[in-house]
Formats: sequence, structure tokens, C-alpha cells
Amino acid sequence: MLNKKLVLATVSSLLLSVTSASVYALTAEEQKGLDISVESKKKDEGWKDSSADMLMILKNKQGQESIREIKIKSLEIKNDGDKSLTIFNKPRDVKGTAFLSFSHPIEADEQWLFLPALKRVKRISSRNKSGPFMGSEFAFEDLSSFEVEKYTYKYLGDETVNGEVSFKVEQYPVDENSGYTRRVVWIDHSEYRVQKVEFYDRKDSLLKTLTFSDYKQYLDKHWRADIQHMVNHQNGKSTELKWSNYQFKTGLKDSDFNRNSLKRAR
Amino acid sequence: MRDKLYSFVGKYPIWVILVCITLMVFAGAGAQKLVFKNDYRVFFGEENPQLTAFESMQKIYNKTDNVAFIVIPKDGNVFTAKHLESIKGLTKASWQVPFSTRVDSITNFQHTFAEYDDMIVEDLVMKTDNLSATDLEKIKQVALSEPLLLNKIIAKGGHVSVVNVTVQLPGIDPLTETPQVAESVRAIKAKYLAENPDNQVMLSGMIMMNTSFTESALSDNATLIPLMFLVVIVTIGLLLRTITGTVATVLIIIMSIVTTMGLAGWLGFYLTGPSASAPTMILTLAVADCIHILTSMFYEMRQGADKRTAIARSIKINFQPIFLTSITTAIGFLSMNFSDSPPFRDLGNLVAIGVMLAFVFSVTIFPALLTVLPVNVKAKQENKKDSMAKLADFVIDNRKLLLIFTSVFILLSASFIPKNELNDDFVKYFDKSVPYRAATDYMQDNLSGMMAVEISVKTGKASGINSPSYLHAVSDFSDWLRDRPETDHVNTITDTLKRLNKNMHGDDPNWYKLPDSQELSAQYLLLYEMSLPYGLDLNNQLNVDKSSSRIVATFKNMTSNQLINIESEMRKWFKENAPQYEVDFASPSLMFAHIGKRNITSMLVGTTLALVLISILLGFALKSVKFGFISLLPNLIPAAIAFGLWGLYSGQVGLGLSVVIGMTLGIVVDDTVHFLSKYIHAKRDKNASTYEAVHYAFDNVGRALWITTFVLVAGFSVLAQSTFRMNAEMGLLTALTIFVALVVDFLFLPPLLMALDKKKKKQRESLKNGEVEPSTSVS
Repeated sequence: MLNKKLVLATVSSLLLSVTSASVYALTAEEQKGLDISVESKKKDEGWKDSSADMLMILKNKQGQESIREIKIKSLEIKNDGDKSLTIFNKPRDVKGTAFLSFSHPIEADEQWLFLPALKRVKRISSRNKSGPFMGSEFAFEDLSSFEVEKYTYKYLGDETVNGEVSFKVEQYPVDENSGYTRRVVWIDHSEYRVQKVEFYDRKDSLLKTLTFSDYKQYLDKHWRADIQHMVNHQNGKSTELKWSNYQFKTGLKDSDFNRNSLKRAR
Repeated sequence: MRDKLYSFVGKYPIWVILVCITLMVFAGAGAQKLVFKNDYRVFFGEENPQLTAFESMQKIYNKTDNVAFIVIPKDGNVFTAKHLESIKGLTKASWQVPFSTRVDSITNFQHTFAEYDDMIVEDLVMKTDNLSATDLEKIKQVALSEPLLLNKIIAKGGHVSVVNVTVQLPGIDPLTETPQVAESVRAIKAKYLAENPDNQVMLSGMIMMNTSFTESALSDNATLIPLMFLVVIVTIGLLLRTITGTVATVLIIIMSIVTTMGLAGWLGFYLTGPSASAPTMILTLAVADCIHILTSMFYEMRQGADKRTAIARSIKINFQPIFLTSITTAIGFLSMNFSDSPPFRDLGNLVAIGVMLAFVFSVTIFPALLTVLPVNVKAKQENKKDSMAKLADFVIDNRKLLLIFTSVFILLSASFIPKNELNDDFVKYFDKSVPYRAATDYMQDNLSGMMAVEISVKTGKASGINSPSYLHAVSDFSDWLRDRPETDHVNTITDTLKRLNKNMHGDDPNWYKLPDSQELSAQYLLLYEMSLPYGLDLNNQLNVDKSSSRIVATFKNMTSNQLINIESEMRKWFKENAPQYEVDFASPSLMFAHIGKRNITSMLVGTTLALVLISILLGFALKSVKFGFISLLPNLIPAAIAFGLWGLYSGQVGLGLSVVIGMTLGIVVDDTVHFLSKYIHAKRDKNASTYEAVHYAFDNVGRALWITTFVLVAGFSVLAQSTFRMNAEMGLLTALTIFVALVVDFLFLPPLLMALDKKKKKQRESLKNGEVEPSTSVS
């Protein structure tokens, strides 16, 4: 049943790309860029749900550190952005705060937040995904799930990054509220994993570089990097994400991702 | 040695000219390396405590270099669909400014409000195509009641708004970064005006100020230096009536300037507002040497000497005095090395180099040129000499009255010195004709100015800012600041938290208060930060682990002392009300407020040292301890009178004026040297009476003194026309001091000498009988 759905989704997304190709008459580079991204997305499909712990280490120019601890649960959604539940552990004064997000490729995400100190769930209406996440150098849009429809593409060539021969693809965000004019992404030939991303701000100057390292494979299929290192070139600050306790197919259901589940999330 | 010098110059004039010109060309090539530093921070030494405090604050929070577009709709109402749309466009365009990291405007303000159980975060002005009158009224009401916006982004009357662009200069190539930003914002402004002709736009902010430093200096150099050359040519041409002399003098000036600026380039100097006035000053000072040589030479020629002999004698007579005056002038300028502000040290060193080079050129290439070029001496100008003799007679006859009158005048003027007040308002460093000044004045009048203080309140504990006691302290402090009449605006995180608390309680105005638990405020901030767009985050108010927050207070225009007072009152507030927090105060305004005082203290040491050195030199040169001491009076009185008159005229003393005493000391000393040396020469070598000696001194150097004074006063008055007020005031006060010095040397010093030097009283009768023959030969 689920497999059927998967096939359907793949076919429809391919159809979508074919139709858009016929309408806009993509150049060879654009088509190749799109193909690489579709392939990359496809290769990771079928993880159903996941849960992981994230340690966020913020550093300023002087090397002063500040730490955040978060648990993230995600549910794979076909034909749409994924659903995610973010539970904050540290700093202590935000412990128990839970954030539920239904991401969508084009329309605004739906977001709810449970504030334990207020004991209430609030729906947050905001199109902004470009601001810093918990004061870090990651924007919310950098952390949300990758969807093919979020960008248009252009293949730039091959380069070796982190010892891996990679496709170099330029991605242009479709959302006009994005904080970027473009991202340059390096995706390796061997496993279609993202190795490095460069972010260009609204005036098209280099803002940040994100590098992925310590990739591990789960369930013989899904590759996840243990470490993501983001450096902001304009303010000299950096943020490192350390992932641990990756688990897949833990049996999370749609009902674990709704307003009511927020209050009991931990 | 002096004879040898000219005999060599006279023999090989062409070689001397060639060697000097080669020297100039090689040194001058360094001028290509000279660059202009366009950053107000150059005014502060590396160890300046206020600069250090400000820089460490900038590292913790984000930088505050900015450009402000001041948008003034001609119909006087920002809140129309049309104007809001154009401001929205301007906001978007501002993101394209190089190095911009943040843009704040009335349209992209992150408006938060509640709808049932929803919390909405969006731009205050979203779509402008179908805004109803109600929508517009709503926007206006939100904007005018938002403490973050009022007086900062929107004027109280709703008739002016600001689009503020924060830039973070990477500092990799500082010389091109600021001009790049300025060029970009000017292009945006031009485009905006073309598309919205019913608006007026002005540009202010730190970047525009830094740009104005360069532009002001460049436009000065383009207008003031040619003007100054004109003054020199006209003065020498009219007073000395010589074409060759004028040409040769202009050449010496050009060579002195080019060589100095070239050496500056080789030595790694950079230009700043004050040091860019070095060429004008060198130009002025170099003229004096040439005038002395020309005057003596023409005197000799009129006495029948041939040209070469006349030049040789002139060099012989003048070598020591102009060497001495050049040295004292250089010492005066070198005293600026004690200044706390590097640009003034550079200015002092450059002018000192220039003055010494001018001396070298005036005893080498100058006589060589005069030897080679044709020189015709016209008829004597006896009438001028008569006027000096008349002045001498007048001074001698009325010495007692003059002494009393001048003493009273000196004391009276000096009594106004305390009327001077320290004030370094960097906005006022520029003339009203400079667009940056006009824009900032306008912004000051309608919203708030650039007089700001940043206050970092630290808990030393991660998440410490969320504690209710901390928030209450910060909020109380902000309220206390807002109640003060001089406060225009206070930016504080507590306003945002109060607003969020209200939003989370269905926008109930009763909930516009601080959250009452650490967790609640932490969770509000988490929520809020997640909903903000790129560039509008809280990193400019909070540090990375939320252990400190920054309050920015903007004040009405005030003097340095008033600002320093407010600073100490703010410190007192924290000491009394929240002693548990470490608090730092810093801002460019504070840096400038303190620099005047620091600079005056350090310049006092430098000036005293220069005074001691110069007095010792004079003592040796005049071969008399007594006259060394007497010379102190005419050397110090001019500055006292000038600052007294300044107290009456303006009363505002800043960085630029705090170096004037040291600088003028070396120049006014020259008059005293010339006058006293002739006086002593008459008394010692000619056995003249005090009165005769005074008369002799007037006859011999009176004319040269007033010509050089005229040139110096004219030169520094030209500098006083600068659009860079720091230089203009420095020029004006220097011109005043030099003029006063001449008056003192003519009207106060002789009566003083006659009162103190009474030994040969008998001679008075012989003078009255007209037996004294006015000495005609120069010593």
C-alpha cells in the first residue's frame, strides 16, 4: 500500500518536472541540475519517520560558546513537505517548549508552538523562514526538509569536495521571502549526499558556508551527517550541529503530529 | 659655513637647482601611495579607552555603522498608499547596498498581533495596492505608538520617515568599502527621487559622515590651495614688487609641499581630515623664509650692491634667524605628537617636515634661482619705512599708557577664557553646506540625532537576561531615561517582551507588562526569534548566550560635558538601583565627548615641553637668560588673548582647537625672535639706549614682520574657509593668535622692555631732541 503510494509520488513528481520542462524549455544545465536534485530526493525516500537529538554549538568571533539541545521528530509526507516536531531541552528556561511544523514547498508553513510556561498552544502565522534559528547561524529554512519544488536549478559542473567527486548545482529559491538569492550545493556522485552548501544573501554576496561531515548510513539506505558546520563570513560567527541517536521507522503516526500531541511531546 | 654655502650655490646654481628638483621628484613619487582614511575611528589612538570599550561592544553585538535615508514626502504625510509603496520599494532596494546586513523601515517592521489563539508576525505594511483609509489609519496608529519606531524610524508628526541600513564593513579594503556604500546609496536615492518626485530624500548616518571626511578634504584642497597660492602671489607681488621673487617663492612652496607629501607617502602616512590641511599650512609657513631673504636682498641691492653680493649677504644675515624660526616652528608642530588623536600627530609631523624642507630649499634652490633669473629692483619704498618709524615714535612716546592699556586688555581678554566649553560634536565638524550636516540637522530636528550611547547590561550568566529582576531593572532604567528631557529615543528589549506578553494574551492592553517568570520570557523570545525574517533578528540587542542585553539611548543635541554628565548619572543609576550587573557604556558620541578633555590634558604636557625647549633655544640664540624669560610673555599672551576672544565669540573648544596653542607657539615665537634679536643687537653692539634699541628694532624688522604676519593671517584665514569645521576653526583661531602676536610685539613688548630695561634713562632726552639716527644697516 505504502509502496504503491511511493511509486505514485515518484511518477507524479517526474511528470511534474517533465511538464514544467516542456513549458519553460529548460536548458541542458537547468535540466541536469533538476535531475540531480530529483535523484537525490528519490534516493532518500521511504524513511517514513525519524527521530534524532541535535546539539547546537554557537560560537561568536571571540570563540565564546553557547549551547542548545533539541530533539527532532519527523514524518515523511508524500507530495508535500514533511511534518516535524521540535522539542527544546536547553537552555533550561525553554525546556519543554515544543514546535510543530507542517512544511509546504510553496505555500507558507503551518506552525504551532506550545509554551509550557503559558500552558497553551499558539498557532504562529508567519511567512518568515529566513531568520536565525535560536540565535544561531542556521535559518529556519536551512533546517526544513528539502523539497524539489522549492528551487529552480542549474548544473555548474563537477568538483571534488570532502574527497568526493560532486555535482555543483546552483539552486534559486522560489519563495520570495527567502533570505537568499541562491545556494550553491555540492552533491556527491557516489551517494547523492549533500557535501557542502554556499548561501548567497539578497545582494548576492557570499553569506555562509555549510559543510557536512561524518556521514553514516541507516537502514542500508539513508545517509545522515553527524556534523553540520555553518560559518557566517559576514559576522565571523559559526554554528555546529552535532546529531546523535538517529532512529528510523519508529512507528510514529500522523496523530503524533497535531496540536494535541504538542503538550505531551518530550 | 654660511658663506661657503652661498659661494657654492652661487657658483653652481644650475646644479643646485637640478639636485633639488631631482630630490623633489623622487620624494614626490611617494605621493601616489597617499590614501585617505575615511573612518571616524582614525581620530582615536589604539589605546583610547572609549574606543576599546566601543570595539568590544561591537564584537558582542552587531556593528552600528549605518546609512539613514531620510524620506520627506512633500505633502507632509507618510501614511498614504503611494508613499508607503515607495518606502517599501526603497526598503527592498536597500538590501542591495554593499555589506548591508539589516534594513529597518516603517514598512518591514515586524508587527506582531493576536487573532483568537493565533499569533501573527508580519511586515507592518504587506500589500499596498488596496489599502483602505481604515488600514492606513491602523498602520499609522501602530507605527506612532511603537517605541521601537517612534522618533527613530517615524517622526511624531508622521511627516518624515527613515529607512535605516546597517552595514558591516569587512575591513579588508577599508579605503574602497565606504565609498562603495556611499556610491550605492546615492544611486538608490537618485533612482528613488526620479520615480517619486513628490519626495525629498537626505542621507545621514556614520557611513555618510565618514564619506564626508574625505569629500570635505578633497573639495578643500581643490579650492583652498589655489586660493592660498593667489594670496601669496598677490601679497609678494604687491608688497615686494618682484616677478622673479614671486615665481621663485611659488616654486619653493610647491617643492616643499610636494616633497613633504611624497615623503609622507613613502613613510606610510595616510590622510585624514586634519592632516589633509598640512599642504595649506606648509604653504603659509614656507612663504616667511622667502620673504625674509627677498627683503634683505632687495635692501642690499637698493644700497647699491650687485645681485650676487646682495644674495650672499642676505643669506648670511638671514641664515641664523630663519633656521631658528624654522626650528621653533617645527618644535611647536612636533608638540602635537602629544595629542591623543593620531591625525593631529600626523599633521604636526607633516608640517614640521615641510617647514624644515622649506628652510633647506630657501637657502639652496631659492638663492640659486634668484642667481639665474633676472632681478630688477624698483625705486625705494621709503614711505613704508616712515610708517614704521612713526609707529616706533608713537610706541615710545606713549609707552606708559600703552603698557597700562595693553595689560588691561590682556587681562580682560584672558578673563573670558573660562567661557570656553569643551565640545566635540562630530556632526558639527562639518559646515552647514555639507549635505551630511544638513541631513543630520534635519533628522535631529524631526526625529532624533546621532548623539547616542549604547549601554550593555551584563549578568554574566547564560540566559540571565530572562530573569524578571533583570528585566525590571532594564525596564526601570529605560523609563528613567525616557523621563529625562534630553532623551529622544530608547531602544530596549523590554519593550518587545511587553508587546509579546500582550500579544499572547489576545492583545489585551492590560498585559502590556513584563512576563513574570524566567521561563515565560525565554519562551516568548524563542517564539519571536523563530518568526523573524533575515536581518531583523535580535542579535543587535542580545548577545549569543543571552547573558547581556544592549540598550541604545539617543539624545537631543548636547555638548560633550552634558553627555559626560549623563553618562555619569547613568552609571550612578545602576550603582544605586542595580549594582549586581556589570554595565558598559560606549558609542562614537561618547568617544568624541571624552577625546577633547583627554587631548587637552595630553597637549598641555606637549605644549609645556615645547615652551621650555623654545625658551631654552631663545635664551641661547639671544645669549641672555633675562630675555629668554621676557620672551615668555609675548609668546604666551597671544594664545591667552585669542582663547579669551574665542570664549566671547564661540566658546566651543574641541579636538581641533586643543592643539592650537602648541601649534601657534612655534609661529608667534618667530616675531619675538626677530624683534628681540634686533633690539639686543642695537643695545649690545651699537651701545644704543633702550629707546633707540626699540626704534632700531621697529625700523629693521617691523616691515618684514607685518608682511609675514599678513601672509600667515591670510593663509590661516583661507584655511578658515574650510567646509570641515575642525580645520576651519583651527585656521581661524590660529590666524587670530598670529595677528594678536604681532600686536603684542608692537604695542606691548616695547613698552614692557622700556619699563624693565631702565638702566640708560639718560638717553631719553637725546631721543626727544631727535638725535637718534635711525639705523639703516641690517645687522
